Order: sequence, then C-alpha cells, then structure tokens
Amino acid sequence: MKVLCGIGGSDDSFRALDRTVERAAVANDDLTIAVVDNEDSSVSPDKVLDRAESAVDEAGIDAEVRRVEGDPGSRLIEIAETEGFEEIVLGGGHTSPMGKITIGSIAEFVLLNAKTSVTLVR
Amino acid sequence: MSDRGYPEAVADEFIVPPTEFTDREGRTVEIRPFEGEEGYEALVEMYDAFDPADRAQGIPPGGEKRIREWLDAILGDDCLNVIAWCGDEVAGHATLVPDGDAYELAIFVHQEYQRAGIGTQLIRGLLGHGQSEGIRKVWLTVERWNRAAVSLYKKIGFETSDAESFELEMGLRLNPDANSGDDSDGRDDADSDANDE
Repeated sequence: MKVLCGIGGSDDSFRALDRTVERAAVANDDLTIAVVDNEDSSVSPDKVLDRAESAVDEAGIDAEVRRVEGDPGSRLIEIAETEGFEEIVLGGGHTSPMGKITIGSIAEFVLLNAKTSVTLVR
Repeated sequence: MSDRGYPEAVADEFIVPPTEFTDREGRTVEIRPFEGEEGYEALVEMYDAFDPADRAQGIPPGGEKRIREWLDAILGDDCLNVIAWCGDEVAGHATLVPDGDAYELAIFVHQEYQRAGIGTQLIRGLLGHGQSEGIRKVWLTVERWNRAAVSLYKKIGFETSDAESFELEMGLRLNPDANSGDDSDGRDDADSDANDE
C-alpha cells in the first residue's frame, strides 16, 4: 500500500513513525515520511528528519523521508491527493497528566478533510 | 502547558468539604476529601461498574487492572481528590491533577447517581478543597456535545479558553496569582500546602 506518514516531532508522532516503519518492513508498503511543521513541537524539523532517517535505516526499508513546509494538515492532504497515496498515518494524540487523550490540530484537520483512510497510532 | 487562558477574576469562595446534602432522589450524599487509602476499593468498584458510554477522552479506562493503574496516578500525594458517598457506596469522584503551574480537573458520576444534582455538589466540593489548599488555576477539557457538562462548568464560573478543537478547553482561577516581586513562586506554595494533610 502507498502510505504517507506525517510527523512533526511530538511524542505521539514518533510512536506513529516507529509503528509505520515496522509495518512497512513487514507489509512491503511504499512508504513516504513527511516531516511537517508543528508549532506545538519542541523538537526542530532537522532533528525530526534525523530521527526519521535513522528509523528507516534501522528497519532496512526503502522509504522516502521528505521535509514538508507550510500548513501541515493541508499540505499532507495535497500530497496524498496529487501523488495517489492510499493512507495517511499520524500520531494518535497527546495524553494529559489526567490520562485524557486530546487529538492534535493536524490530525483533526486531516481526519475531516482527507479522501484517503486515516490511521491514528495509539 | 503554561499558555492556557484563565479568567482575570478569581472565582467565588467555595464551601470546603466535608459537606452533606439530599439529592433530587431523596438520597443522603456526603462529599469528603479522599485521604489515606480509605475508600480506594469502593472507588475501584464504582469505576469497574462505570457505563463505558460515559467515558470521556479515554477515561476512566476499562478493566480493573487499568482502573487501578489510573487511580494510582491520580490519587498521588500531589493530587487532590473528593468523593461523593451514598452510604458506603461511591456515587461520584472528582480530581485535580497537577500540570505545570495549574491543575487539570475531571469529574465522574456513576450512571445510577446522574441527574440528581450530585455533580454540582461534587465539583463545588473539589474546588472548595482546592481553594483551601492554595491552588490558583484549574483547567479542563470537555467534549463539545456534552452540553450538560459544559453548562455545569459555566455555571461554576469556568470560561472557555480554547474552542478550536474537538474538545472545549475551559479555565477557572481559584486563588489570585502570587504578587510579582514576591520571591516565592505560586506553585511551590500550593504544593507544600497540598502535601500538608
């Protein structure tokens, strides 16, 4: 399957990265990892790129890691539509000290606007 | 999480529990702070029987093991908890969990005790407890469609601080901020008070 995984540097986005890379190695997915701008993230895009590239290397898969600038939600959807992706994978949300799950604004936008299936990784 | 918004004005004074009242079904209900381990097992029982349809954003979790893990985290020494008792049964539970310079609030009323006025008394009791312990700021999230909860929080004095997500975020100021120029920072005061039980 042609999969687009969007990550911005939040904890849940790294969980999504690891799970998607793991799955791509088994399922032979055609995976692209898009490093997007996430203003809520404390990790710089360069660090996120490094992290993504080392995850791909470790898994020994042939996935593209791409820097995507601009509004993260709409850019992901645009890429998915113009390049024929079948699925978008994102982090499954932030857990508060209370244990409440909150879905990030990027995931909300993608969920409501994507034509493809969307997977949120918990 | 220090960029959350709170009302400028400090909320009214809430009555400090323990308090007792008669609910709309004629049941005698007592609101008491949770202290030590008393009530822990009764609380596990309430959450084990909790209607999954009343879960909010993943809590309470399902299954006794996860319930205990969750309770262990939110009943810690740095958290504040009150329980609504009907005899020796837990009717509801409300909690304040520290998050940076503020506290996150959550409240749960068992399905057999809902729509009887217990939630209002329970949240007032929790805020009275928190106010007396020196807590300054409280925030919560609530699902937009949960009109009953949203109107309860508004009635209490919470103001919406973020309306851009699936969940509404609301804030309340319980005590004034420490004077700028004062050496002590607010959170440490609140903490040492809270631990002083």
